[in-house]
Order: sequence, then structure tokens, then C-alpha cells
Amino acid sequence: MAGNPSVDQLPIGVLALQGDFREHLHVLQQLGETAVAVKSPEQLEHIAALIIPGGESSVIDKLSRLYGLFEPIRAAIHAGLPVYGTCAGLIMLADTVEDSIEGQQSFGGLDVVVRRNAFGSQTDSFETDLSIPELGENPVHAVFIRAPVVESVGARARALATLDDGRIVAVEQGNLLGTSFHPEITGDTRFHEYFVRRVRATQ
Amino acid sequence: MSENTSSNESGTSRVKRGLAEMLKGGVIMDVVNAEQAKIAEDAGAVAVMALERVPADIRSQGGVARMSDPDLIDGIIDAVSIPVMAKARIGHFVEAQVLQALKVDYIDESEVLSPADYVNHIDKWNFDVPFVCGATNLGEALRRITEGAAMIRSKGEAGTGDVSEATKHIRTIKGQINELRSKSVDELYVAAKELQAPYELVREVAQSGKLPVVLFTAGGVATPADAALMMQLGADGVFVGSGIFKSGNPAQRAAAIVKATTFFDDPNVIAETSRGLGEAMVGINVSDLAAPHRLSERGW
Repeated sequence: MAGNPSVDQLPIGVLALQGDFREHLHVLQQLGETAVAVKSPEQLEHIAALIIPGGESSVIDKLSRLYGLFEPIRAAIHAGLPVYGTCAGLIMLADTVEDSIEGQQSFGGLDVVVRRNAFGSQTDSFETDLSIPELGENPVHAVFIRAPVVESVGARARALATLDDGRIVAVEQGNLLGTSFHPEITGDTRFHEYFVRRVRATQ
Repeated sequence: MSENTSSNESGTSRVKRGLAEMLKGGVIMDVVNAEQAKIAEDAGAVAVMALERVPADIRSQGGVARMSDPDLIDGIIDAVSIPVMAKARIGHFVEAQVLQALKVDYIDESEVLSPADYVNHIDKWNFDVPFVCGATNLGEALRRITEGAAMIRSKGEAGTGDVSEATKHIRTIKGQINELRSKSVDELYVAAKELQAPYELVREVAQSGKLPVVLFTAGGVATPADAALMMQLGADGVFVGSGIFKSGNPAQRAAAIVKATTFFDDPNVIAETSRGLGEAMVGINVSDLAAPHRLSERGW
């Protein structure tokens, strides 16, 4: 499959408008990947995949529109660019966002409905273990910070992880992956490895 | 497909410090009511800070400055969906208990308000809600972290519109971290003594080259260029107090400061965003302030 060396060498981009993009860059580097901070539309042409970090989704939306990244990212997702979003990144990937601020938009791509701040204020933020067979036997330690949840999953998407109460907190659909929680701040690199394997397999 | 295999833990260090990680690269704006909070959210603030008067008014009106009225804080929480922070007086752990009960997302134990205790800060480990605290140097930052602060902001001199103290404090903290990095292990024991901070924490900073929590900057930021200056000096993000709502056109200035914070290393963007903002806050030179009126000297 990996016949095209020039594509193989393309780095993985991390959207670097606001949020914990440095943590994602660091995890990618730990995995031996070349990673670049993406702040301009031209850079989208030179990446193999994109990660949208945790942060404030209303701000990431606003800045991406101000700097001409919104439409190019939406088009790239539509054209099949692999994208992984954590927390605010999951919100940006959802086709439908509930409890958004007035005028807030998302790139879309994931056939899901996501609710912002679904758990309440910061005192309701928490960490817990999730068992996700796709990532191996050991549970994934997940950190939820003013996190969103996936309220419903459409026909094209698939739930990857749920809480005890059944609420969905990780989803995938083709080249797209989204988690309510933040693997980038726990030191567990399995979600990033899962994503990178998929990126490199599609090339 | 999977499920949750253990109980949920809230109020952990990782959860408290984690929220600050998500605010990085953003601007946190002082607001005194729901209307200002909405303007801040629409302009792209990552969070708002609720207080009863902005620092410039605390300065000009004098008197004791305290935690905001709970009704005002509720109004602000209802008005916006971004995180809401609120200020408690240094050492006033009951104000902090009240703010936690009101479900604010972060408490700022702040020198901008009148201190309630001139000896002790709040034991911040006792709370599920995270705290941000001010610091003028590395020792002060590490003492606050020892007490449980999950985020640090360099103090600057609030309510002045004069960025010189903010510059001094962020440079001091960054410079002292760099000094630690070059020290040998035996020298770190002495460094801990001089910084008046625990050895374990000093060694951790020496090894990692950074604080174990996010470092924002505050106090005197009034223009997009001021915000970009703070970012180029190594801040993770910026607090803007009086600089927005004491200026001629708050909405436009707020949006401009957000842009300059993201594109801090692009002078063309900063030039563009600095145009036509109207009047900046009038400001006071810190050098003209008599020592008792310098807020950054509160806290120890």
C-alpha cells in the first residue's frame, strides 16, 4: 500500500490556534512521527493527517474562520483527510453541536450529535478508566475536562467507548476519530498510535 | 465497544491542572457583569474572570475590594458557556468555599482584592475547584503550587495599563527557571533554600525546564502588541483586566487582543489588528504609584 514515498514522508499536522496543541505535537514526536503546528491554510496541503486539540471550541471555531482555515479544513475532511479531535476537537468534527454559543460552527464530518460541557462545571470534571478492546487489554485512563459527550451516533459513525451510564465518549467513522477526553495529557499514547496506524495504512 | 471499569475521580491535580492546559494560547478577560461577559465570549475569550470592580476602578475608588456578589456571578455563569473564574481575597478561604458552592470553574486567589490574611494563603488542596495565583518570581510561584495552585499568572501591576511590571515578572520567572537548569544537584539544595520552596519541586523544575503548571501573565496588558509581547516572552496565555472595558471600543479591542495572542509571532497580523481600535485605557505609570498602592507587593 505505502507505495508513494513522498506521501509517506508528509508530517502529521496539529491545529495550533488555541489549546493544548503542544501536548499533541509532543506525543506524535514520541511516536517517531514528524509533527507540525498548523496555523495557515497553505500548510493543509503538506500534511498526511490533522489533529484538532483540546481547547475552547468557540475560540477555535472563531479563529479558524478569521484566518481562512475553516473552509479549507472542511473541504479537506470531505476529501478524506484523516482527522483526530480531542474534546474541543471532537466538537469541531461533529456534524451537529448542541449547547453551542450563538453563531458557533463546526467543521463537521462525524455523523454524530455532540453536546458541549455535558457534565457541568469544572468541579464535575473527572478521570476514570475505560476498557476499549480495540486498544488492547489494559484499560485506557481517560481525563474529562468540562467535556462534551456524544448524544447520538448516526448510521455512518461507530461508538468506540462509553461510560458506565452508557454515554458515548469516543467515536470513529472511516478516517475520522473523536474522543471526549484527552489522551494527550495522560502519557498513554495508544489512541495516537491507533490514529497514526490508520493514517499510514491509507497511504 | 467498551465500558467504564472504575469509579470516577474528580478534583484531582490532573483534572485541575488540565483545565488550564486547555486555556493555553488564549485570553482571559475581566468582566463585572453578564453583558460584559457576553461581549468577551463573542470576542473569543477562552474564559472570563468575574469581579466586582475592574482593577482600574478599585484603584481610583479605593476602599476594601472583595469577592463579587453571588447574584452577579450567577448572572455571568448563566450568560456564557466558556469557563467562568472568580476572585477571592488572599487567605479568605470562606470566600473560596462560597465560590466553589456557586460552581465557578476556577478561583483566582488575587492580590487585586484586599488581602484577608497577611500571613497565610488558602490551603488550595482542600478544594475540588482549581486555583490560579499570582507570582512575581519563581519562589513565590513554587510556594503557591505547594499550597495547591493549579495555574500561575505573573502578577504585573493590575489596573495601570503599564505593561512594565508584567514584563519584569515573566522575565524574572523564566530567567530563574533557566538558572535552575544549569545547576548541579548539590547546588539545587541551596537554590531551594534561597527560593524558599520545597526541594522536590525545585528539582522537578530544574529537570523539566518549566513550571509543573500552566503560566499565564497579567497586570497592565492594554494593547494587542502588549499581549503578543507577553507571548513572545514565553507566557502560555494572557489575562486582560481593565485594558478592555476601560478602552474606547471594548468589543473590537477584545477581538484584536485575541488575534494578537494567537498570531503573536506575526508582526503583520499584529499591525493589522492594532489599527483603528480607538483609545486605549488612559493608564498610570507604575513608577508614579506610591509603594502602598502597588498591588503586586501583596502576597508572599
